[in-house]
Order: sequence, then C-alpha cells, then structure tokens
Amino acid sequence: MAHSRDLSRPRQAGSPVAARDTVLGHQGLRLEEDLLFELDSPGLSGVDLPNVPAVEARLGGLERRSEIGLPGLSEPEIVRHYTRLSQKNYAIDMGTYPLGSCTMKHNPRLNEKMARLPGFAGLHPLQPVETAQGALELIDATAQWLKTLTGMPAIAMSPAAGAHGELCGMMAIRAALDARDGGETPRRRVLVPESAHGTNPATAAACGFTVDPIPANDDGRVDVAAFAAKLGDDVAAVMLTNPNTCGLFEPDMIEIARLIHQAGGYFYCDGANFNAIVGRVRPGDLGIDCMHINLHKTFSTPHGGGGPGAGPVVLSEALAPFAPRPWIVHDGDGFALVENDADTGDATPIGRLKGFHGQMGMFVRAFAYMLSHGKDGLSQVSGDAVLNANYVMARLQDVMTPSFEGPCMHECLFDDRFLDGSGVTTLDFSKAMIDEGYHPMTMYFPLVVHGAMLIEPTETESKRGLDDFIAVMRRLAESARAGEQARFTGAPEFTPRRRLDETMAARKPVLRWFPAAETAEAAD
Amino acid sequence: MRYLPLTELDRHDMLAAIGAPSVESLFRDVPEAARLNGGFDLPDHKSELEVEQIIGAMADRNMAAGDVPSFLGAGAYHHHIPAAVDHLIQRGEFLTSYTPYQPEISQGTLQALFEFQTQVALITGMEVANASMYDGATSCAEAVLMARRITRRDKAILSGGLHPHYRDVTETQTRYLDLEIVATAPDLTGSEDLAALIDDDTACVVVQNPGFFGHLRDFSALAVQCQAKGALLIAVVPEVISLGAVTAPGDMGADIVVAEGQSLGNPLGFGGPYVGLFAAREKHVRQMPGRLCGQTVDEDGRRGWVLTLSTREQHIRREKATSNICTNAGLCALAFTIHLALLGEEGFRKLAALNHARAVQLADRLSNVRGVDVVTDAFFNEFAVRLPRPAAGVVSELAAQRVLAGVPVSRLIPNDTGLADILLLAVTETTGEDDMDALVAALGEVL
Repeated sequence: MAHSRDLSRPRQAGSPVAARDTVLGHQGLRLEEDLLFELDSPGLSGVDLPNVPAVEARLGGLERRSEIGLPGLSEPEIVRHYTRLSQKNYAIDMGTYPLGSCTMKHNPRLNEKMARLPGFAGLHPLQPVETAQGALELIDATAQWLKTLTGMPAIAMSPAAGAHGELCGMMAIRAALDARDGGETPRRRVLVPESAHGTNPATAAACGFTVDPIPANDDGRVDVAAFAAKLGDDVAAVMLTNPNTCGLFEPDMIEIARLIHQAGGYFYCDGANFNAIVGRVRPGDLGIDCMHINLHKTFSTPHGGGGPGAGPVVLSEALAPFAPRPWIVHDGDGFALVENDADTGDATPIGRLKGFHGQMGMFVRAFAYMLSHGKDGLSQVSGDAVLNANYVMARLQDVMTPSFEGPCMHECLFDDRFLDGSGVTTLDFSKAMIDEGYHPMTMYFPLVVHGAMLIEPTETESKRGLDDFIAVMRRLAESARAGEQARFTGAPEFTPRRRLDETMAARKPVLRWFPAAETAEAAD
Repeated sequence: MRYLPLTELDRHDMLAAIGAPSVESLFRDVPEAARLNGGFDLPDHKSELEVEQIIGAMADRNMAAGDVPSFLGAGAYHHHIPAAVDHLIQRGEFLTSYTPYQPEISQGTLQALFEFQTQVALITGMEVANASMYDGATSCAEAVLMARRITRRDKAILSGGLHPHYRDVTETQTRYLDLEIVATAPDLTGSEDLAALIDDDTACVVVQNPGFFGHLRDFSALAVQCQAKGALLIAVVPEVISLGAVTAPGDMGADIVVAEGQSLGNPLGFGGPYVGLFAAREKHVRQMPGRLCGQTVDEDGRRGWVLTLSTREQHIRREKATSNICTNAGLCALAFTIHLALLGEEGFRKLAALNHARAVQLADRLSNVRGVDVVTDAFFNEFAVRLPRPAAGVVSELAAQRVLAGVPVSRLIPNDTGLADILLLAVTETTGEDDMDALVAALGEVL
C-alpha cells in the first residue's frame, strides 16, 4: 500500500483534510453517511403490509394522536444506509482484534445458521414444554458440557452476560451465607484484587457488600500473605479472575481456596479468561465455589458491537441450592422447566434474574461451537491461544516492555516504559495501530501497571497474521523511540473520523437527534 | 480442526522463537494436581455436517410458533421480520465487532446506536434513551434502582398489572439492597388504584401498559399523584408495537420508561436474546444505567459519535457505578433499529393498527364461543379470557392438535386459584383468518 502523505511530517491540528476536497465528502470507498432522520421522505416505508381490517377500535380512548417523528425510507435506502455504516467499523472478520480480556476470536458461521433454525428461532418461551423438548434438550446438553469442562456440579443458565453472571454468583453467595448464619449475615466484606475488571466491585456493591482491595505481588499475582492478612469473620468472599487480568495463571489458587474456606467465606472466580485453560484445567479442581462463563468470549458467540452475551454460572454443591429459577429437570417422560417457587422442592433459589429462560440463541451457538471442537479441539484452542500470546510476547519483548516475566497465558501485558521520553502515550500508540490496519489492544487496563497494553491474539490468528502484527508493532515501537512523534499524536488519519472530542461529548451531552428547527430553538 | 489456523510446523517454529520445549511447558504455573491431561469425558470434534445433523434433529423436535396457529404472547411476540434486517445484522462488520471503545473505527456501530437512542426516545415520548439493556425485565429492575438513587427513598410500588417475570426479577435484583417492594395482587380487571399506596418513602410506582392482562390504562392522573408526593412513575411496555397506536408513556407523564424491544427485529428465540429499552427525562441522565452514545466532533470538526458519560459506569466508577452492566444487547438493538427504520412513521403506525384490528377480530369471534368470556375491554393486541375450566389443560389439549392457544396465566402465577381459568391470547400481523378459524374450532371441540 502506498500512502501519498508523508507520515513523518507533523500536521497542524485542524488543517484541511482531503475529505473536504470532494463534493460530498466521500473519499472513494470511504463514504459519508447522514443520520437516518436526515434521509426522511415523509410517507415512504420499506415494509408493505396487508390492509388493516375495518373494526371499531378498542384502545380505551388512548389512541396515539401526535406524530411520532420516525423518518420514512424505502428498503434500498435502508440497505444502503446500514451497509455504509457497517463499513465504518473494524471487525474480527477484517483482521486481528487483539483486545485483551475480550477474546475476540473467529465467529463460525455455522453457529449463526444453527441459531436461525426455525425450530429454535421460532419458539415461544412460554409454549407448552411438551412442544419444546428439543430446545430443553439443547440447553441441558450445553449445561452438561459446561459443567464437565469446569468440573463443577451445578449451573445456572439464565444470566445474560458476564456481569449478570457475577450478580448471580455473588447473590448465591450472599444467600448461602444468610442461610448459614440464620438471618442477615454479618459478613459483608468482599476481597477483590486491584487488577480486577470493574464489574467485580460493581457487582459486589449490587449485593450489598463492601469492597476491600487485595494487592498484587511483584510477579503480578495475588500476594497470598497480604490476602491471608485481610481474612476475618466479616469476609464474605474473594472474587478472583484466573488467569488474571495481567494474563497470568494464579499459581496459589488452591491455597487461596483453602484459606477463604477456612475463614468461612466463598470463592468467586471471574471466568472471563477461561479461554486460556479450557480443556486443560477444570476450575472446580482449584477449589472455587462459582464462576461465570462468557459464552461470547470462550465459546465464540459474536460480540455484535456490544452484545448480546450470555453468562451461565457454574456452582459448587454449597451454592447450588441458591441458583436462580428457571432450571431444567428431566425424567423418563422428557424435560421440564422449574419456573416458579411452588416447584422448587428443597432448593431455595435467590429468585429470578431474567425474563424467560436465558439467552437461548447464544446457547445454540455455543453448543455448535463445543460440538465442532470436541474434547480434542478445545484443549487445542487453549494451547494455541497460549502459544500465540507467548509468541507475540517473545517477539516484542526486546522493543516493548513486558510488565511481568513469562510465560504468559492467553494474553500478554506490556506497560508504557518503552515509550518513556518519546512523547508518545499508550493512547497515541493505539491510535497509530489503527492507521496500520489493526484494532488496538486493550489500553490502560489492568490498572496495576502504567499505561497498560493488554494483547490477546486468540487461537484463531494464523502465524502469518501474527508475524504481520508483530512487524507493525516493532516498527511502531522503533518509530516512537526514534522521535517520530507526529505519526502517533496525529493518528489515526486513515479512518472515517479522526480523534473525537470526548470532553465535549460529556460536557454538553447530545444523546439523540433533533429536527434542525428544534436544535436552533434549543440553542436560543 | 477447521477453525484453528496454526500448522504443526508453525507451532514448532513458534515454540523455538519462544524458547519453550512444548506448549505444555507454557502452563508451568498450573499446579500439577489441576492438570487434566485429557482426563475428562467428552466426544472429539465433529464435522460441520455432523453438527448440523445433531442440532437440526433437536430443532425438529420443537413445534415452532411460526409453523402452527399461535396465540402466544405474555411478553414475547411473534412478528414478521423483514429479510433485510437479518441480512444487515449478519454483516461481519456489525456482527463481529466489539463494544465501540475505539470510536474512530466504530462509527458504524456508534451512529446506529445514536439512531437507536433517538428512535427509543421518540416512540416512548421521552427525552433520552440509553444504548440498551439485557431485556425488559432487567430494565425494570434497573429503573427501580435508578428511581431510588434520584429520590433517595427506599420503597417501590409494583402494579398488579406488571408482568410476573418483571416483578420477580425486580424483587430478586433488589433483595440485598434494603429496598422495600410493595407488589399488589394480580389486577385481572385493570381497575386497581395505586395512588393511595404512595407515601413520603415511595421512590417509584411501576405500572405496565398494556398490562399483563392486556388492559390499556391512562396513567396521566397517577403521574400527577406521583409528582405531588415526590415519587417517580416508571412505565413498562412489554410490547413495543403498541407504541404505534397507543399514547406514549412519556405523554402520560412517566419519568422513566422501560420496554421489551424484542417485537422489532428479534425472533422469539425461546426467550432470548432480547433487548431492553431504557428511556428517561434528560435531567436524570447522569443516574441512568448502561451505555450512552453521544454526538461530538473529530479533530477536523466533522460530526461523529462516542460512548459518553462513562463516569457512571463500572469500568470507571467500580463499586460506585450506577449499574454493573457491561455487555448489553448491541446486535439486538441494531436489529430493532433497522426494523423500525424500514417501517418508518407510516409503517409503524399501520403495523400497530393491523395488530390491534386483528386482535379485535379475534376477541369478537371468541366472545361467540360457548364458555369463553373475554375479560379485557380496552387492549392492544393481547387480551385475557376466562374459560370454564383450567386454562393449562385446555392449552395442552390444543397443543396436541397443533394449535398454540396462548399462555395460561397459571404458568406464571401458579398458586392463584382465581386465575387458573384465565388464558392470555396475543394476535399479531402474522395471525391469519385461518389461524383464528383453527383456534375457534379447536376450542369449540374441547370446551
């Protein structure tokens, strides 16, 4: 690819860009696109509907009379509009997406096809269970696979995402403690490492717990002595991500489990990074009490620009009685659903966390993924994921600064020491990666190292792809050290938009479109 | 393995570059006792063809609502989804992208979210909306928690017209937060008066329109009563198509509106994934849960979009965040937006009118069936009927005749003998004359 612009030459902020040189602002394949509302042709619709039978309305006098304000467009205009918008996105389908802790792996299209089978997509959640036996069987089979892979005896399938799974697990812990203590437990402190995902402390707070940070040692792992010193009879649980957010396996998991149990608390494991160990290590063998599984990470259901996800939670014997409704039971006659308290028997569920039965569409995709990989494929997944991350780390460690010594697990963590004195920040470095055709790695997380850059290649990257990525990263690191600052601070340049003013967005929030007349009024 | 691009030679070369003897050696931090070494019982990998056969056989054991006359509703509705919707959301640039944290290469998702937020605000009659929640029920729970943050009061009143799952989820999600939930008895007649329950401790009153039993109600007076007592009115909309025909909750004075967005763009899918809508007054925006997309400009002064006001969120505020939500329902929100964009003002209103007209036709026909008593007077596309015997048994008998006759209320409210005979029936644009014929004939036979 040849660039006509000299990247080494600093550019004045606000200088004219080529986009303004064309009549409509388009630049070849880079097409500008107005908002839907600005494309309105009143009266048009992209859907033809049958005629409405003449009946006497029974809306109780609540007819909506005023105009709603939705724009009218034909189908070709809509298809073009959203096709153009799609082309302003980066995606796994286009290239390496090394977002640490997000597991952006290939999304097999078979899984999409399976989820769209009318026998699943067309099922109503409340139709008689005898007419949905295949669906219940699939959920049950998915649950069995997940229990086997984690080595845990019970599972709650309904949570809608990782954070929702955390809520499920931490509520089960709270319920178990209340039950054991015969009322409201005095245990309210939850220990959470400083390197944890923000959802961990937010979830603990949502269950009425307070959060007490645990420090890491110099190797990026939990400082077990410091952890032990924090234990006491007011501690409800520890929430630990393993492998942790520095991309490292916590070697003292079994000891941490022993200590928290000895102190009367429970062990919550954040399973966001399960991809590193799937098929090789069962978290249940490490002594945990519960763990959520992000089906949209390890089991490749698509991220969809921010969801939907699914976050089933595996539970120990101690927590199983508190799992939320609904769950599936089966006997000789087939599968049935336990949906209401009247049918829960000896169990004492925390209640219900979601409407209906959970993210069925995600279960189908994850099940297709697990069947496709099998036992052999899944252990190959974690092996290749870890191999790819270590390869990237090995090939970059002389030009960037790894935060901790290897080997790492499925992701490798660098900090910004290699940028010292260059005038380039982690943010600048990330934006320069965009100009090179890559989605940046996770930036500024975890919080325990300065200017963090967390790279997770995943197992679906080829060696050729990794070598290209490594070549780009090496060149950028060398460029930063060589003082070619403008290449970074001016980046990205080859994108539909250059850096956006986030301060302005937050200071005067504009969260929806208004017709021009109303906008002018508001300005007055 | 078709999804794994490394060759044995690649692995060999990569290990050499790392200086490691084997992949296993990279797992050296894993305690020996915790290594599986293949010691667990699952089958090996399967071809695409085999996977299709296995999962296809499971799908074939279900009776899809689209294949038989179906009158199921109660919070999930069978609508026709234009082909363009699924085509567009399966574009890899939408399907396989992450949350738009790098706005310069996520303008497609961000602009679509901005359009989603605008559409949601318009149809609910509210000022602002967020970028989606998991579903209607979880949105409802989050709305109650938001009302508590705003009012600093600790009591929530839930209407007897609220969907039992929404009530259940709200009670569950707030159970450790010292919030008093006052849930009134199921309101079969749509006549409850909640005003008397509002006191100085009340953070919010949660109502639903159409109600669980199908009733349409005007909550304008209740909104005024809430305001007088300093409480917020939360309106729940389980069927968004209704907003094309019925006065918007925002126009009745609701402070927060939450809705289930499944009906636009998203298949029934046995209950998920769906998309929760969440709209509010602008003055309360900093107490909202979830992501918000906002307009701004880039370095060259061109309009663009970013995620904004993230100081409310867990990745910044941690235990002080307004919610723990992170991943939401992005792609379902996109499907919603594209479907509603295709409909436009005319199409959305006509679709709503069609749903209502067909429901009126069915109600009229059922009121002529011996033993069937239509309970709901004012409704949108769903209403309750009383049968001469328990509805669950009737529904099972009709399912055996391949008619999905509706949702027996006892499925959701099992222990109320007064409701055992009540059946909820929903009608959409997909319900044809012959579907109604089949239902009326089958009911006539078994009753």
